[in-house]
This record gives sequence, structure tokens and C-alpha cells, in this order.
Amino acid sequence: MLGRLQVPPTVKRGEVFAVRVIVQHPMETGFRRDVDGKAIPLNIVDHLACTYGGREVFRVEPGSGISANPYFVFPVVATASGELAVEWRDDRGATGRVAANVNVVES
Amino acid sequence: MTRLLLGVGLLAIALLAMGSESRVGVEGRSHPSPLREGSEFQSADMRALQADDFANPMALWVARGESLWGEARNGRPCAACHGRAEASMKGVAARYPRWDAGLGRVVNLGERINACVVGQQGAPKLAAESDELLALEAYIARQSRGMPLQVSIDGPAHATWEAGRALYFTRVGQLNLACTQCHDRSWGRTLLGETVSQGHPTGWPAYRLEWQRAGSLERRLRACFNGVRAAMPPYGSPDLVALELYVAWRAQGLPLESPGVRR
Repeated sequence: MLGRLQVPPTVKRGEVFAVRVIVQHPMETGFRRDVDGKAIPLNIVDHLACTYGGREVFRVEPGSGISANPYFVFPVVATASGELAVEWRDDRGATGRVAANVNVVES
Repeated sequence: MTRLLLGVGLLAIALLAMGSESRVGVEGRSHPSPLREGSEFQSADMRALQADDFANPMALWVARGESLWGEARNGRPCAACHGRAEASMKGVAARYPRWDAGLGRVVNLGERINACVVGQQGAPKLAAESDELLALEAYIARQSRGMPLQVSIDGPAHATWEAGRALYFTRVGQLNLACTQCHDRSWGRTLLGETVSQGHPTGWPAYRLEWQRAGSLERRLRACFNGVRAAMPPYGSPDLVALELYVAWRAQGLPLESPGVRR
């Protein structure tokens, strides 16, 4: 599954920076029908979490009210340089992962 | 007697309809002035979303298109012939639909991509509105962002342009409306919750919130046919391509804003 992640190229230690992530997903509510009138089964990203330096810093469990291709922005405090990764999975068990390196500089 | 009256009545209705049809054809020649691109009819939020290269959901399709560009089909990626898209595809989307000598007809960008996929890569055709096709279209269109639409209607493309123009001024559907009645005469006015645009195809392929995904100009035009309760022309039909050429020509000079975001 395709996703995009954006973090600033460098951040000062102790600074709060924004993490932006967008996931390509239809977020089927389970209430829609296809052209033949058959119900389209529920399939949403129900779990998305972000780890920074191995520690979980953000987690969300979206419901069926979240639009397709969900977009999340959340703040993280820069502690040390390391990998920031976002992982998610949907109802069908499909998973996705995007990662970027956070470069922390001394202020 | 009743039957006769009914007959006279029907004849009168038919004459009325004919009369208004010819009026549309004459008055509708004028272009909207000044020309306004599609995003100008959107809310500030939507324009901001479109301008944000990260949050614009079409960026997902552009990113997919970029990887497809380098991905080999039967050992041949797009990049094998066309090199870097940033250079080779600059301005290309602004010139489509376009006469294609090899195919002997006017084709839109999607059909041109498919001609390459089938002819050069020997792979099966990408389905209309498939993520792959929309991704390649969006990636190629992205290379022309900000460049003025400049389609050619000279030479062999002229007949298609004529067909598109005729369709543009033809009333269709149960609502008996032609494109011109909304997009030349009533643009800027409100239709339900929407502002009627001038109908310029500057942002396509675009992410449409109503669809919750990317879609092509063909899909948008089909939605208009559906809106006036007319039969929707199938994807890739000559009618849609002709209409695409005509509306691109109407928008001549407006900057391409693909990949756009629309309600």
C-alpha cells in the first residue's frame, strides 16, 4: 500500500516538528453497493502508528467516518536523530510502512 | 378531436425545442470572458489543498506514476524511450488531445499512453480509470503544471474539433441541456451547493472529493451527461474525445494546474 511521509530535513533538539502522513486507501465503509447492487465489504485502515527511535509516539484507530486516502498531521518532539516510521494495517490484513530519518541538530 | 389537439400540441413543443436549439448554436459562439481556470470556482480550502504538494491527494497518484515510469513492462520502461519525464514530458499534457498520425485519429493523453503500453511495451492495455493509467497521466500532466493549454485544431484534427463543438451546443438528456447553457451563460451562478464553472479542463486528472479518488476528464464529462440525465458515452468513445478537444481549445492559454483537486 502506498503512503507518503513528510518530516523536516533537520530539526533542533527539543523542538516540536510536524509529521505529515497520507495513505492511499479506499476506506470502504461497508455501506456502499457496487453497480450490480452487491454490498462492498467493510475495509478501512483501522490501525496506524508512528514510532520514533523505536518508541511509539502516535497511534490512531480510524473508524469508517474517515475519508478515503486519510491524511494525518501530528506534532513530535525532537529528541535524538533516528528513524521515524509509520505503519498501518487495514481490515483485510494488508499492511504498509513508510519511514524517514529525522536529523536532530544541537541548537 | 382530442387526438388532433394532442398532435398539434406535440408539434408546437417540437418546434419550440428546435427553435431554442438553433438559438443556442448562434449565441453560444461567444467565449466566457475573462477566462477563469477551474480552481477559481473552488473554495479557498480546496485551492490550498491543491497547491500543497504533500497534502494534495493526487500526489499519491503522481508518486505511483513516477515509479511506473521507471518500471519495466516486458523489459521496457517508459524511461527507456522517453528518458527523464521532467525534461521529455514538459508541456506534453498541455497539447492533448492531439492528432495521432499512427492511430489516424485524435487521442487524449490516456489513449496515447495506452498506445505506447500496447505498441512499444507489448503489454495489455491499461483499463480506463485504473490507478495505473491515472497515475501515469497525473505524473505526465504534473510536468506541465503552469504551462498554457495549447491544443492544435488545424489539419486533420479540425473535423474532431467540429464534432466536439457540435456536441457542446447540442441539447441532451431529460433536462434538455447543452454544455453551453451552464458553462457559457451561467458560469459563476449557483447550482445547488456549487458554483457553476466555465468548464475548463485545466486540472485533470484530478482528485474529486465526490469520488474519493482520482479520475480523468472523461469521467468528469460522463458525470455531466449523467447530471442532465443523458446516456453517458462509454470511455474512449469518439464523442468524449471530441468534446475534450473542444473544451481544451476553449480554455486555450489558461495554465494547466494538474493534478487538481475538485469537489
